[in-house]
Amino acid sequence: MAHRGILVDVTKCIGCGSCVEACQKSNEQPAHEAKGFNEQTYTFLMDRGNDTYVRRLCMHCENPSCASVCPVGALRKTAAGPVTYDPDKCMGCRYCMMACPFGVPTYEWHSAAPRVRKCQMCAHRGAAGPACAEACPTGATITGERDELLAEARRRVASDPKAYFQRVYGVTEAGGTGVLFIGPREPAALGLPPVKTVGPLPDLTWNALKHIPDVVLFGGVFLGGLFWLTKRKEDVARAEHADKGEHHG
Amino acid sequence: MVKNRFASFQLGFWAAISAVMIAVLGIVAFLRFTQGIGAVTNLSDSFPWGLWIGFDVLCGVGLAAGGFAVTATVHILHLKEFKAIMRPTVLTAFLGYILVVCGLVFDLGKPWNIWHPIIMWNPHSVMFEVGWCVMLYTTVLSLEFAPVVLERFKLDWLLRFLKPITPVLVIMGVILSTLHQSSLGSLFLILPEKMHPLWYTPVLPVLFFVSALAAGIGMTVVESWFSRRAFGKPIETHLLSRLSRVSVVVLAIYLALRMRDLIGRHALATLFPLNSVSAMFLAEIVLGVVVPMVLLSIPRFRLSPRRLAVAQGMVVLGFIFHRLNVSVTAVEAATGRAYLPSAMEFMVSAGLVAVGIWIFLLACRYLPIFPEGAMTEEEETVRQPAGAAPARPARPVAGTVTAFDRT
Repeated sequence: MAHRGILVDVTKCIGCGSCVEACQKSNEQPAHEAKGFNEQTYTFLMDRGNDTYVRRLCMHCENPSCASVCPVGALRKTAAGPVTYDPDKCMGCRYCMMACPFGVPTYEWHSAAPRVRKCQMCAHRGAAGPACAEACPTGATITGERDELLAEARRRVASDPKAYFQRVYGVTEAGGTGVLFIGPREPAALGLPPVKTVGPLPDLTWNALKHIPDVVLFGGVFLGGLFWLTKRKEDVARAEHADKGEHHG
Repeated sequence: MVKNRFASFQLGFWAAISAVMIAVLGIVAFLRFTQGIGAVTNLSDSFPWGLWIGFDVLCGVGLAAGGFAVTATVHILHLKEFKAIMRPTVLTAFLGYILVVCGLVFDLGKPWNIWHPIIMWNPHSVMFEVGWCVMLYTTVLSLEFAPVVLERFKLDWLLRFLKPITPVLVIMGVILSTLHQSSLGSLFLILPEKMHPLWYTPVLPVLFFVSALAAGIGMTVVESWFSRRAFGKPIETHLLSRLSRVSVVVLAIYLALRMRDLIGRHALATLFPLNSVSAMFLAEIVLGVVVPMVLLSIPRFRLSPRRLAVAQGMVVLGFIFHRLNVSVTAVEAATGRAYLPSAMEFMVSAGLVAVGIWIFLLACRYLPIFPEGAMTEEEETVRQPAGAAPARPARPVAGTVTAFDRT
């Protein structure tokens, strides 16, 4: 299943902020300084020293926790790759914000009709793809088929062991993500969230949820059986009681 | 007489306090629904779930667990003597669920979409399951409670309709409660990255179910004692004592599960160095589980309803501690983010509890909640001459109860 991904090559980033600017324009937000995720900011740059700049954005997980926990399916992983959000379905439980291991979704806390806010990989632009990749002047952010980007990331890392830390961030994290990072240092040193879970997080929930049909089936039979057994005992006792009454009366 | 006057003074005091609490609740509600959740809470993007989820929802559901435990004892195990405490327990469960739904109306960003899970399905979401359990079990609880209202208004033809389906309702109630209690624990299974190992465990659903059972029984005992004080109703000490023996077993199972899990995951070591997090854990386990378990296992201790209520009150508090530790302490400890509920968050939770207590008091006054009504209408008409029903047969009923007692 070929679908869109994003590759961020930290070694190529010059920290110009074109991606941030393009993101705000594409999502029709007023231009503003971006320092961390909030209801107006879907991407921002971290200055990690030594001319190293690291972007943050939604990771567009292959098996997204946010989409798996959403009770109404307002968040979903589209076949095209982006994880999108439908505010008309959302009831505002904010389970997605709890569940996201990367701390990405944010909320309109001061609205009477609040929405969850996050990068949707410019799904509204369709085949044009994310605005940030289009705007990046150095090729630090590129977009394409996720599988091809992963192959490219591995090729770059392997071909220049001096420039790259030998790891692609987003291969194992939470079971794999649509956004991949490569860079000069280990991911934690770059300020990327250290997500230790290797498999898809939704599996943890499914391990419990899959037992529900059995609980209903065997619980029902067991309780029905108990009801029948103890009721019979009571009926018998009552019948015996009535019997004796007749004999003596 | 002096005692009565004292009791009415207490009621008057309580009425004044609760009126203020409910008025404040109204003001906060206005702010919350016009200015947004951020205007009244300390919730943030890094701490999206707080007191309203941790207390109103997690504890409201848990404290309702007495409802399914006691109805199952009466209708499935046919231990009819427990019928004397069934109605107050079902009422408590019903109010617990009302607390949950009201808490959700405050906490959900767009509560007017609360019905969406009916038509927008995502069976992979625990929250989807929780939503369905709330809807279905609230329906079951209202049907289980309906006979009380129907009796009051003498709608016998409707009662006759309800009676044959009672066992089915009760069985559905037990299954739905089992699923619901455990799924509140499952909510947190997807957060291994964001929770302290003292609380994050794959067996969370099981722990939530067993501890809810303990809290449900505890609540039943506490509220029986409370209604005796408020209304001077006779208290079924022997029933509460028997229930408390069950509590000892449930608490022991919980403790065994909890310790087995902590040791199995090598998580006990994270207690050290001792800090505020380990203090929260110890308070929860020692004061909320171990101490009441030991106290309730002493036969002499179980003779006094007041002592029973105190020990069971500890069980209920320990349970509330566990839920808040899972939803707040564990998340704070693992992520390093701080959250302290705002004054207005506390006021909403307290105001909703005050509303719940008012409904309980009013229901006790105007509906046949206590044995007099309950036993005469359904069971005793068979055995007693028809005319004896409306008088106050509080003692004779207690008499027939002991005749049925199987211990």
